[in-house]
Amino acid sequence: MNFWKALLAIDRRWIFLFVFLALAVPMFLNVDFDLSISREVQGLYDALDKLQPNSKILMSFDYDPPSAPELQPMADAIMKYCLKKKLRIIIMGLWPQGPIQANMALNRAFLEEDINRDDYVYGVHYVNLGYQAGNEFVIQRMGSAFYEMFKRDYTGNRYEELPLMRGIKNFNDIDFSINFSAGYPGTVEWVQIAVDRFHVRLGAGNTAVQAPQVYPYYNSGQVVGLAGGMRGAAELEGVFARFDGGTVDYKDKGTKYMLSQTIAHAVVMFFIVVGNIAYFVIGRKDKLKASK
Amino acid sequence: MWRRTVPIMITFIVGTVLVVAEFIPHKPFGNLGEDFSLYFDIIAVFAFILGGGNLCRVHFSKVYRKKTDWQFSIVTLLGFFVMLAAGLFKIGNPEGIQGDVTAAGSLFADLYDSMFTPLQGTMYALLAFFVASASYRAFRAKNIDASILLIAAFVILLGRTPAPSLIADFFAGAGITFMATAFNFVPTLTDWIMDVPNLAGQRAILIGIALGVISMALRLILGVERTYLGSDSK
Repeated sequence: MNFWKALLAIDRRWIFLFVFLALAVPMFLNVDFDLSISREVQGLYDALDKLQPNSKILMSFDYDPPSAPELQPMADAIMKYCLKKKLRIIIMGLWPQGPIQANMALNRAFLEEDINRDDYVYGVHYVNLGYQAGNEFVIQRMGSAFYEMFKRDYTGNRYEELPLMRGIKNFNDIDFSINFSAGYPGTVEWVQIAVDRFHVRLGAGNTAVQAPQVYPYYNSGQVVGLAGGMRGAAELEGVFARFDGGTVDYKDKGTKYMLSQTIAHAVVMFFIVVGNIAYFVIGRKDKLKASK
Repeated sequence: MWRRTVPIMITFIVGTVLVVAEFIPHKPFGNLGEDFSLYFDIIAVFAFILGGGNLCRVHFSKVYRKKTDWQFSIVTLLGFFVMLAAGLFKIGNPEGIQGDVTAAGSLFADLYDSMFTPLQGTMYALLAFFVASASYRAFRAKNIDASILLIAAFVILLGRTPAPSLIADFFAGAGITFMATAFNFVPTLTDWIMDVPNLAGQRAILIGIALGVISMALRLILGVERTYLGSDSK
């Protein structure tokens, strides 16, 4: 077997090893990137920036731990920004694990010196309504009355006992909504029901796999801002740090993992190039043999 | 008749009424869509019980009959019941039975943070390795279509990282301006690919899906599509 054929037949464990090193080694390095901010992420920041203190923001956490590496950094950064800006936060989830991921984002935000947990009262400044089964039908029914879908919050408090929720009947009482989505139900359903039927202003954070599906809604204006994948998370951290930095440390895992993603992409590209060179060299040799 | 005609009639009446209701925003039609969606919520809740029951039935049976890899079924059942008990009885919860199920220090929170999250993350992370391996073996510029796909993939792979600007800075520093310009253009090209060809493709798919859904809904309402009635519905 010649060199090129041997290269094409390389044991895949070698590829796994290179990918592992590309992903793992950069995690121990502390590199700060100054990323250019895309207009989708800028749109999301602008929409949040325009909100006045005490505006009510609805956050739907529609993902679970496998998608957390991409979506959790976005959720953490937005949560920090919203708490610092004194927005009133209403959390919910169409995925069972969503509200737990939301609590993680809350707890990380409260670790910041500038965001003192004691200044924020549960039920007054923020509330976690928890998970509700029913996918897009939950959104549809929330259009009439949130209470119908969330008679009790995540910890069992009655809806009417939560001061923040007393003044909220439906989407008309919400100033802005954000959806962190890893699939179904997620941003597509929020657009189709909450945006189209109830005219909700929506921003979205999506996994890299799902983001291309959401672009049509961004370009049509149905989604005002969009952060896609690890790059979107890093851009969000960057834009918050640039315009609202100082005492709150926005740059976290999104920025940190960009180096891993960059090197992993480079490794994948390298293997594709090598694979193609080998393919063409072997093909050419075979043609030469056939012509003789 | 009971097994075929009645379900088809129910489907026809409900389907027709809900379609008509969409165009009449007055009582009693106005809220019909939402009222009917409540049935979905109820069914969805029962689906959880059905899902849990089915999981137990399948895996208990596998263990009892000692089928291939039955040991893994024990792990599945153990995981299911331990997590269920930890959440249901709020074991170790510092706030007691009325506290938040994920309160710090509770068994559920510990299991979620220390086992569930890393295990699910690991499963998902494996994709990176398989994608790299599959790309190496299958991503070939065999013809023009495949070549265009390959170039687009390269641009997106590069454009989704800070690499183009770093490489451009390197070339600019070395005085190779045309290379610096080329790499500075990569993020713009990435945005163009996402905004134009990707958008066109996604819209075509969305319109296709919508037409397919309308077609399937009509088939169901008119009784042409009967597979939901089961295998003996012909």
